[in-house]
Amino acid sequence: MRIRIFDKLGAFAGNKDVAMTMREKAIIPALEKGEEVIIDFENVEGATQSFIHALISDPMRKFGIDVLDKMKFQSCKPNVAKIIRIVTSYMQAGLGDDE
Amino acid sequence: MIASLGLTVRPENITTNIEARSRHYFERMGLFKTLGIESGIQIQEHESSGRFVPISVVRVEDELDRAIKNIVPMLHLSGYPEQAKTLMYIIYEIARNVIEHAESKYGGVICAQYYPDKNKIRVGIADYGLGIRTTIKRSHHAETHLEAIGLALRPGITGTTNKPTGTAQNAGAGLFFTKSIARINEDYFWIYSGDTAYKLLPKQKERMTIPADPFIDRHSVSTGLPYWKGTAVGIDITLDQTVQFQLLLDYLGKILDEAVRERKRERKLPFKEPRFI
Repeated sequence: MRIRIFDKLGAFAGNKDVAMTMREKAIIPALEKGEEVIIDFENVEGATQSFIHALISDPMRKFGIDVLDKMKFQSCKPNVAKIIRIVTSYMQAGLGDDE
Repeated sequence: MIASLGLTVRPENITTNIEARSRHYFERMGLFKTLGIESGIQIQEHESSGRFVPISVVRVEDELDRAIKNIVPMLHLSGYPEQAKTLMYIIYEIARNVIEHAESKYGGVICAQYYPDKNKIRVGIADYGLGIRTTIKRSHHAETHLEAIGLALRPGITGTTNKPTGTAQNAGAGLFFTKSIARINEDYFWIYSGDTAYKLLPKQKERMTIPADPFIDRHSVSTGLPYWKGTAVGIDITLDQTVQFQLLLDYLGKILDEAVRERKRERKLPFKEPRFI
């Protein structure tokens, strides 16, 4: 499954309601079926930490850190990639605490 | 703050006593329109295209999207792409807090003004909702408004949960990131809720250091202020000194990455990198 962020939000990804819809309607159902999810950030110039958190934190909580093998991030600008790294890092720290 | 308070009052119950010169400015900023009252002055159309963003009321995310899309052209920021990204980031993070946490049916208000003499943009966001202490106390202990503001500015603290990874929708990092942007850029950041205001001062001892505790930053606190039921945030962005947003992300990412990897090593737990293709 491929999710194109630009198609829903344009060049700046900040709308958490859209993130929640993508997560609940597309990402989690696809992961539950064992499918690979490609989140495509082509033409997206910026994203907030809150948006990325709303998009991927719950899949990480539900499926554990191995979900990062199934959930791939395509065509990320450097600042978007850095925010994704920050969110996946702090999620792993917290998930360690939960175990 | 006047606009967000005024939203809770019927227009027929509002009277104004504003001096003539300020009245003109407030008219241009859309204060009277927001309050639903007449200003008694006419503004020529071309005057509305100055370097300011008039007051926008934000109740839902779509309104926030629309307000933010106007900000870059209204402030003529096309020559400052990095600063425009930083500005959009800050406004999204703070205004989203209003929508999520203030629980005000009136929403919040946003406005911005460019100051050419200092080449600076000042952004204000205010709501007359629950306030920080009420929302933080749902998941954390906070006796005073100052304690609540201190908690709200720490990373990983959100009123929606006391779990370290937050909830599906909240990580409790939006205000921390915003304050960190101001810190690295040596700009003002100000937050007011209840009877207390916290102000991050622009000159820090070590610019490229970001403590989790906001009281370690060089700051000032005012208590015993007139009670403000909701929350108001002000932030400056000085266009000439804005550090590339990527540097902030590099710095935060490095600190976090090292800490998490170390913790994982100690507990013999795996650490995974996200996959970029």
